[in-house]
Amino acid sequence: MARFDHISSKYKLIVIGGSAGSFQVVSRILQALPEDFPLPIAMCLHRLKDVREGFAEALSLKTNKPVVEPLDKELIKKGTIYLAPANYHLCVELGQTFSLSTEEPVNNSRPSIDLLFETAAYAYRDKLIGILLSGANRDGAWGMKKIHERGGLTIVQEPSECLIDTMPASAMQATRIDYVLRSDQIIDFLRKLHKQYA
Amino acid sequence: MENIEKPEIEIAQLRRLIEMIKKRYDYDFSNYAMSSFRRRVQRFIELFRIESMEELIRKLELDKQFFKTFLSEITVNVTEMFRDPTFWVELRDEIIPSILMNKKEFRVWHAGCSSGEEVFSMAILLDEMGILDQVEIVATDIDYSILDKAQQATYNLRNMEEVNKKNYQRFMGKRTLEAYYKVEDGKAVMDKTLLRNVQFVEHNLVNGEKIGVFDLILCRNVMIYFNQTLQNEVLKLFHASLPRYGYLAIGSKESLIWCEYANKFIIVNNNEKIYKKIRD
Ligand SMILES: C[S@@+](CC[C@H](N)C(=O)[O-])C[C@H]1O[C@@H](n2cnc3c(N)ncnc32)[C@H](O)[C@@H]1O
Repeated sequence: MARFDHISSKYKLIVIGGSAGSFQVVSRILQALPEDFPLPIAMCLHRLKDVREGFAEALSLKTNKPVVEPLDKELIKKGTIYLAPANYHLCVELGQTFSLSTEEPVNNSRPSIDLLFETAAYAYRDKLIGILLSGANRDGAWGMKKIHERGGLTIVQEPSECLIDTMPASAMQATRIDYVLRSDQIIDFLRKLHKQYA
Repeated sequence: MENIEKPEIEIAQLRRLIEMIKKRYDYDFSNYAMSSFRRRVQRFIELFRIESMEELIRKLELDKQFFKTFLSEITVNVTEMFRDPTFWVELRDEIIPSILMNKKEFRVWHAGCSSGEEVFSMAILLDEMGILDQVEIVATDIDYSILDKAQQATYNLRNMEEVNKKNYQRFMGKRTLEAYYKVEDGKAVMDKTLLRNVQFVEHNLVNGEKIGVFDLILCRNVMIYFNQTLQNEVLKLFHASLPRYGYLAIGSKESLIWCEYANKFIIVNNNEKIYKKIRD
């Protein structure tokens, strides 16, 4: 198993982005998380335009973990898994709350991974971990760059393991990525991280 | 590829900008949600090729016309007809019939109406219920230029076909959306007679004056750009503008539960976020 030099209990939030080919990977990661995983996780996953309802429910069922779509100005709570609702951008405010926005799509996407990542990086600085998974467009690359610039930790899914690797590959081009990991290694990383908070 | 990026905006700079605008123009953005306000400012700086926050502040202070442009660029105007179709179904099948039980004529306020799509949705709904002439509508927005656009009632055809028409179908209206517009020069021109009982008024919800009493207020996807302090202030204004048992509808991903005034309302439909005032 890989060695991780960045394991520490300083982190306060994890953001995950994914698109085509990421549903299975996200499910596997969430399923493998310990029940008492302490950090909140905010996810932005692209979905088909017309599928507006039921995505969070499907993820909850599949992973046995509650996945919630936050309401505007909802407090970011420990150990909770959040999913950006359909047709809104999910953003992070200073003061540990989410906010939603109906701004125009970014990279053809609403929700956009770039917006979630960038606002989270602004609010959480070096206390943020960004994970970017399989996907067929460039959304998330700029967000990862912002996370890196503001001192956060950047992880992408190993391109060769991705169904479509455009997303992690673009991020690797755009900025420094701390870890390039297969999904079982991402799980291993999160478990080791979990131990730091015991 | 990304544009060449300007340096990141600091919170202190945003505060200075907001302070100047308050003093000079009497618009108060200090309780807007910072993450989106910051991005709108960033976007504006890039769009107008401004070198720094200092330059932006200087220009805005000197040039009133430039400030007006700023005001309309900084607000998020993206909207749809029949956005969240199930909300409009609920209005048609439950809320409006219940208002009609008590009065034949009533008043509606669209607070933050943007380019008017929401107003047209309401007018079409009322028309299909056969009560359009029993309802007086006031539609307000902070952004004067978007109100112009609303009154021109001319929309992008692609949006009409890809978004609005689909929403209308899910709303299951009596006709087809095409029955309400003509195509001219590649644009959709709405039937303006739908607006015969609508008044468009420039109005700022921040420190906003009461503009009347309404049986139904729609303020959807507007307060998401405000912080909780301001949401609570605006809720007070809505409370004062509703009779007892009047209705307030907010966006379906918004909530009032964290507002101090929330206990003066009950939730009538939690999925569609429709509230009813029960206490003065
Ligand atoms: C995203 S649009 C919502 C349009 C429509 N209600 C809907 O749900 O589709 C938000 C609108 O709120 C307006 N707005 C922002 N701040 C405001 C304020 N302080 N007072 C009044 N309107 C405001 C903006 O100009 C914009 O047109």
